[in-house]
Amino acid sequence: MAHVSFRSVSKHFGNVRAVDDVSFDIDDGEFVCLLGPSGCGKTTTLRLMAGLEQVTHGTIHIAGKDMTTAKPKERDIGMVFQDYALFPHMTILDNIGYPLKVRGVPAEKRRERVTEVARSLSMDHLLDRRPAQISGGQQQRTSVARAVVHKPQVFLFDEPLSNLDAKLRLEARSFLKHLQRELGVTSLYVTHDQAEAMALADKVAVMDAGKIVQLDHPLSVYHKPTNTFVANFLGSPPMNLLQVSFDGDLFKGEGFSLPTGPFEKRLQDVAHGDRLTLGVRPEHLRLGNGTWSLGGQAYAIEPLGPESLVSIRVADYLVTARIFGDELPAVEGHTELAFEPAHVHLFGTDGLRLD
Amino acid sequence: MKHVWYVLTRVGFYVLAAFFATMFAVPMIWLLTAPFSARANLGVQLPDPFTLQNFANVFANTFAVRALFQNSVIQSAGTMLVVVLVATLAAYALSRAPIRGRDALSYGLVLFSSIVTGTAAMVPLFLMIFNVGLIDTHTGVILVLTGGLLPAAIFIMRDFVDSIPRSYEESALVAGASPFGMFRDIALPIVRPGMMVVGIWTFVNVWGGFFVPFILLRSPEKMPASVAIYSFYTEGGTPIITLTTAYALLYTLPVLALYLFVNWKYGFRFFGGIKS
Repeated sequence: MAHVSFRSVSKHFGNVRAVDDVSFDIDDGEFVCLLGPSGCGKTTTLRLMAGLEQVTHGTIHIAGKDMTTAKPKERDIGMVFQDYALFPHMTILDNIGYPLKVRGVPAEKRRERVTEVARSLSMDHLLDRRPAQISGGQQQRTSVARAVVHKPQVFLFDEPLSNLDAKLRLEARSFLKHLQRELGVTSLYVTHDQAEAMALADKVAVMDAGKIVQLDHPLSVYHKPTNTFVANFLGSPPMNLLQVSFDGDLFKGEGFSLPTGPFEKRLQDVAHGDRLTLGVRPEHLRLGNGTWSLGGQAYAIEPLGPESLVSIRVADYLVTARIFGDELPAVEGHTELAFEPAHVHLFGTDGLRLD
Repeated sequence: MKHVWYVLTRVGFYVLAAFFATMFAVPMIWLLTAPFSARANLGVQLPDPFTLQNFANVFANTFAVRALFQNSVIQSAGTMLVVVLVATLAAYALSRAPIRGRDALSYGLVLFSSIVTGTAAMVPLFLMIFNVGLIDTHTGVILVLTGGLLPAAIFIMRDFVDSIPRSYEESALVAGASPFGMFRDIALPIVRPGMMVVGIWTFVNVWGGFFVPFILLRSPEKMPASVAIYSFYTEGGTPIITLTTAYALLYTLPVLALYLFVNWKYGFRFFGGIKS
């Protein structure tokens, strides 16, 4: 268990800045998710933490000690790899026991501890098998067991659920969250799946182009995205973002205009004619008419069971609503979607949130 | 019409295939029958009369027996050990270390290696080995053969190491292993099938090689089997078929046995463990 702190950490590969001046803290026992699209530097950040890459600038502290240039084995971490990386020539027992073996724990004690961990993950009947002889879900658990067996100070997860099928993934997600709570170990988790990040993390760090653009509690990130990138990245389907220009009383978009009435305070620094972005989450749209509504041809109606997705075409935009209930508009008819101004997100010309 | 054409092409294909199969099979069948015949010639026929006398005569030739069961084994196994050890370490380094121009280096070495043990380099090689005092020694033969085979072995091995995901090694490092421990516990066992392939390939190459030991060795008691087989020729230079084939059959057995042993014990397969 340990506090982790990154201070102005950068990693350059030649001219590419994979990680660019990143600073953040993970409190003792906290679960932080690095979330971002592929190539945003999240995996590199994790590898810097593990000591598998060397930082170009900045410092990394683990439990108060400067670990910036420490070797992986000095950092006392447990890591779950995306491809699990189980050693194919060893049994599951030896795989899980490997971190103990390199620490010089005698065979008898090793077997005891591995059996204990394996039992808690209900996989003690697999210990004599080899990685190729067990299922994908079991391989994933083995990989987790190997990461926890030596009680490390920090857990690192590199997209550990991305190779599981949809059903198993949900199961493994709950399992990981429960395990992390139970062990209370400081954790850093990398994923490109926003639902996974929201579900697991105490704090989500959204990364874009090597920088952390927002670091906050999952619901804060969801409800108050700091810029259009975050707004668009979190949520499935993502937030509807509409380009508008501001002319005092109205937001004018292509094919629609909306009153600016309740937003005076948020708009005090905005000049006439500025291009703004207006965002509404799909679940805040409902079927119906009002001062605050968008109308257009229905584009697709996708019933999902508890809810349905209704998309309409407004000029060049596709606006998607998440409709609860079974009354759905006709396909290809004109459909109006209404919303409350309180649910509108406003982003300035630079893409940053206006509050 | 279409049906007839189909049948004809199938028949044609099998006739052609049978012809080529026979071309390859006949010499092998001959090698299995001729040694057991008292009057073998260059034709394939059932041994008549059947005899084991040929083998008795071969074993009576102590020079040839020592060549096969001692000298060939020393030179082949020696070269195999050195090549596998050096090639594995070199291939691992070439694959994992970010060295500029490592691809050019690998290809260049393979290209030049055909020259090393070729006829063109024989005179300088002979002089070199002579100057370091290794003429007429197994060590000299092993060194020269190693030099010739190493580039290709490194090339094969590197391809093998390249195909192994780094996350195996990284997970060992994160688990707390030292670089050496990681290499010994993880990398080496995982590349073992590749080492087996390179080992057998080296062994077979040296086992069948004639030119290098023939030039570098002087004393008959150090010659390998490929040279010793000439002791079953008449003074006029024609082979005594019964004896050469009996010796040749014995000569092929160790290679066959080695292959079967490695395949049984370790297998040439590559095992999984990475989920992709």
